[in-house]
Amino acid sequence: MQWFNVILQGVLIGGLYAMFAAGLSLIFGVMRLVNIAHGDLIVLAAYVSLLVTQGLGVNPLTSLLLVVPVMAVIGYALQRGLLNRSLGDDLLPPLLVTFGLSIIIQNGLLELFTADSRKLQAGAIEIQTFQLAQGVWVGILPFIQFIVAVLAIAALQMLFYRTALGRAFRATSDDQAVAQLMGLDTRHVFAMAMALSLAVIAIAGVFLAVRANFDPAIGPARLIFGFEAVIIGGLGSMWGTLAGGIILGVSQAIGAQIDPGWQLLAGHIVFLAILAVRPQGLFPKVSG
Amino acid sequence: MTVEHATRSSRIGVALIAVTLVILAFAPYWGDRQTLRLLAEIYTFVALASLWNLLAGYAGLVSVGQQAFVGLGGYLLFALAILVDVHPVAAILIAGPIGALVAIPVAALIFRLRGAYFAIGTWVVAEVFRLLASQISVLGGGSGISLPVAVVIAMAPSRQMREFETYWLALALTGIILGAIVALLRSRHGLALTAIRDNELAAQSNGIDVWRIKFIVYVLTAFGTAMIGALIFLQKLRISPDTAFNVNDWTAFVIFITVIGGIGRIEGPIIGTVIFFLLRQALADLGSLYLLMMGAVAIVVMLWAPKGIWGLIVERLGWQALPLQRRLIPEKEPRGKS
Repeated sequence: MQWFNVILQGVLIGGLYAMFAAGLSLIFGVMRLVNIAHGDLIVLAAYVSLLVTQGLGVNPLTSLLLVVPVMAVIGYALQRGLLNRSLGDDLLPPLLVTFGLSIIIQNGLLELFTADSRKLQAGAIEIQTFQLAQGVWVGILPFIQFIVAVLAIAALQMLFYRTALGRAFRATSDDQAVAQLMGLDTRHVFAMAMALSLAVIAIAGVFLAVRANFDPAIGPARLIFGFEAVIIGGLGSMWGTLAGGIILGVSQAIGAQIDPGWQLLAGHIVFLAILAVRPQGLFPKVSG
Repeated sequence: MTVEHATRSSRIGVALIAVTLVILAFAPYWGDRQTLRLLAEIYTFVALASLWNLLAGYAGLVSVGQQAFVGLGGYLLFALAILVDVHPVAAILIAGPIGALVAIPVAALIFRLRGAYFAIGTWVVAEVFRLLASQISVLGGGSGISLPVAVVIAMAPSRQMREFETYWLALALTGIILGAIVALLRSRHGLALTAIRDNELAAQSNGIDVWRIKFIVYVLTAFGTAMIGALIFLQKLRISPDTAFNVNDWTAFVIFITVIGGIGRIEGPIIGTVIFFLLRQALADLGSLYLLMMGAVAIVVMLWAPKGIWGLIVERLGWQALPLQRRLIPEKEPRGKS
């Protein structure tokens, strides 16, 4: 039963990793951009939520109503103002520009909020649990977080395949030049994709900040978790990122159970093993 | 027809470099301790940036995980010196081949990731190395370890001699690495590399085995980076997983240096290092604001002057400091040799 609990905890945190991964996967799918600042943007969302909760005195989960649109606007502006300029045949400029952005966000947050670690307080809900089955207790908050992750990915999937915007995303992803010929403003399409990515990041960032302590330096590790989930799940597949996130979460949970020092290492090793055995990931859709 | 590498500016460049090298070699006789330390640190960054430039600028392998090999080299120095009683200088020399050996399976694995995903893959590898290093309790685990006094004294009896020794070691190692890169670029493989830099698809269609060349470059870069890593931690005399595998120190700064100086040009990292250290001396008091500005400058250069400062100089003035260009000289021309 102890192992069942460990795996269940891993699955639940896997939902969070899937949200890290979904935003990354989305923009890679649409514009072949890998955002090195992704993890730092997650942390930025956590700090935005911190400001909102302190300023308005609301619950972190309520703050999402404000944090999500704010992050989406930041994403749109970032893409229009900066990242669109870096896109082209050469992959070096976007990589280095987002790398520079990562350094700017990290040190900007350090300057504004110091290196002290913070945590968002969600109140009583943080410690409430319910009984899932005989002897299996689940925290309400991790459970909500997992459900939100599944819903977010389902929503992205719907948006991608059922809406006009999704059609624009897919068209631009398939062939940018032809999409432009069909009258799509790809600069706008890219900016919408980044806005959406940052909206997902906002949700992930708030849940991360409620769950554990955060400080300006923890971004890169979140980028790596998201990235690993994307590759494990297979490029371009939204449900794949959920599977990837869960596999990563479970590996880390099992590693931590064996030896606390092995938590992160176990996740990395499973990632490298899958890369060695099945480099296209478990549920691939497009080739990178 | 014959191929000529040198131009007038490169002849002047080589002469200037030779004079500078002689002056620098005698630095222990004219500089104080502070100057020597600073110069030695500059050399290590010139070497790291030149190696990264070879990797990213020529072979198109944008790694953000070179700290894996810096840290590996550092830990090899400490492991060899403490556990096996190897002389530190010998340990630096051994760190190179071991670094290359480790790079082979790493490359085989992460070369499955393309482009930007490759970059993050290299980062994962560096993280794995860092986490593994913190599990090695004989080398201090997560909190790190100092180089034992006995090992340090074994290098040279007096502190001054020891400092001179590390200084010359840094100068020599950086000189050798730069020389090796120039030699590589002037070779047949170098021509292939330059072709890959300019257009990978065209290079492939001309019969270049792109994967193999990239693999070789990755392994050679690991060789050099591990040696420099060992040297850096011989200067520092103390190592910990967080300093050894630090992404800011060994990758962010190195990328900044290369991008500012001029990526894909051998002269770029040298110019970039000089600028980086001038900025650091002037702005270091600003702390995190300084890093923030550095990130902003890197973005501005990448977007509006992607070839960096040396790239601008080459475009405007056509200079080259090292004879790397290939020009065809027709037989009839009086200057042409057989």
